[in-house]
Amino acid sequence: MMHDLPHHPHPDPPPPAGEGRGGGVSGGACPLLAAHGLSLRYGAVPALDDVSLSIWPGEVVAIVGESGSGKTTLLRVLSGLLRPEAGEVLYRDPEGAAHSIHGMGEAALRRLHRSDWGFVHQNPRDGLRLGVSAGGNIGERLMATGARHYGCIRAAASDWLRRVEIDPARLDHLPRTFSGGMQQRLQIARTLVTHPRLVFMDEPTGGLDVSVQARLLDLIRGLVAELGLSVLLVTHDIAAARLLAHRMLVMRRGRVVESGLTDRVLDDPQHEYTQLLVASVLAA
Amino acid sequence: MSGAGFAPPSGAPGIGPYALRTEGLGKGFTLHLQGSTHIPVLGGVDLAVAPGECVALAGPSGAGKSTLMRCLYGNYGADRGRILLRHGDGVVDLAAADPRLVREVRRDTLGYVSQFLRVIPRVPTLDIVAEPLVARGLPREEARARAAALLARLNLPARLHGLPPATFSGGEQQRVNLARGFAPHYPVLLLDEPTASLDAGNRAVVIDLIAQAKAARAAIIGIFHDTEVRDRVADRLFEVTSMQAAA
Repeated sequence: MMHDLPHHPHPDPPPPAGEGRGGGVSGGACPLLAAHGLSLRYGAVPALDDVSLSIWPGEVVAIVGESGSGKTTLLRVLSGLLRPEAGEVLYRDPEGAAHSIHGMGEAALRRLHRSDWGFVHQNPRDGLRLGVSAGGNIGERLMATGARHYGCIRAAASDWLRRVEIDPARLDHLPRTFSGGMQQRLQIARTLVTHPRLVFMDEPTGGLDVSVQARLLDLIRGLVAELGLSVLLVTHDIAAARLLAHRMLVMRRGRVVESGLTDRVLDDPQHEYTQLLVASVLAA
Repeated sequence: MSGAGFAPPSGAPGIGPYALRTEGLGKGFTLHLQGSTHIPVLGGVDLAVAPGECVALAGPSGAGKSTLMRCLYGNYGADRGRILLRHGDGVVDLAAADPRLVREVRRDTLGYVSQFLRVIPRVPTLDIVAEPLVARGLPREEARARAAALLARLNLPARLHGLPPATFSGGEQQRVNLARGFAPHYPVLLLDEPTASLDAGNRAVVIDLIAQAKAARAAIIGIFHDTEVRDRVADRLFEVTSMQAAA
């Protein structure tokens, strides 16, 4: 199904010449992904209640809220893993054509997840194949997008291990011999090796020690800026959102209660719930 | 540039010859966790700053000087009024601008040196200073060279440039912050106590940097508790009066 994505009401002029990757503020006139009026109930409980959001090229958008606020459900609906009862999600492909995520069929959606999109799961075991070597995990995703030359795939896998700060000598080791932090970095390498345009991240620092979290956040921050990625990040970690996100949405009971520029939402929160969230963070 | 927030609507007074102009800017805070207490801070601020001019905010502690600075940067949302800024060939109302436009204005037009450096774990000093230049499209090595030169001018030894500033002293962190704020030559620059923890030698460097920015037609708004620095750089004072006191 093809649609016209709703245009931003005030189209941008082309970005200035020499705009750096990752500095992409203007990043085009049209959102990469646009969702309108998403609703979904689990029994009587509203998991999503009339949620709309857009993400533009080069933008990192954080979705924050406590457990049960609906943020993970939202990520699953946006990425096509769950179907909403109402509303629509449109994705604009590199040629500018818009596609309805829930109208495109499973094969097309799988293709999208393999090529244009990436998904980083909270638990690396959900994103990795534990019975396949580290190099194989990275190479597999490359091969799924058409890479065939063994030497090139191995070289790319090696390079990506280095970029996520894993010793390339571990190329042939199984991920189950890695620490939790290394497994998470391997999942990020596996996801980014195909240069996706849009990456969904579900609590990427969730189960990790604090010292490991800081390293991972810094790594993600560097890669996102360098590759000019668009990222939808679900987290309950306000500090992670401040570090990574340009914009944020605050969710409570399936609704977006506040959204805007990250530093404004955190430093001048308007909604009672956002004020509570910000006040509950321990200052280090 | 996104259009939401582009100003002014026809008929309304414009920005005139100024780089920044506020009209009836009002700001208060509603504390939902303290019984929805409302604290009015700024009421109807009309401030206009021309290119090449430095205006010092004056007023007692608690009058709202820092709140005004944060509103001007878009860090606090304005409740009322407009914040007009000359941005590229146009004029933007920052009080109504959407987040993407605010980011663009901060990249190209508006700089802010806060009192304290927000340290990013593991990022070396040189890259913290170079980052706004890279975001504008400057090649990384050129950005780093400019950053290094400015850090050296602020007497931060080269051996520290490769280290994250987390373990630096307050004065060293402030100089990193200053280098990051002055490196991009923003047309409008906000300075919140830029010399608070600096020695006399580095205060003189900051006075020089401000004079140089003014000569390059930057509009500067600052809070300077150091009256000696203030008298050296400010062309005039702008009194910020507390709504609390007025009430």
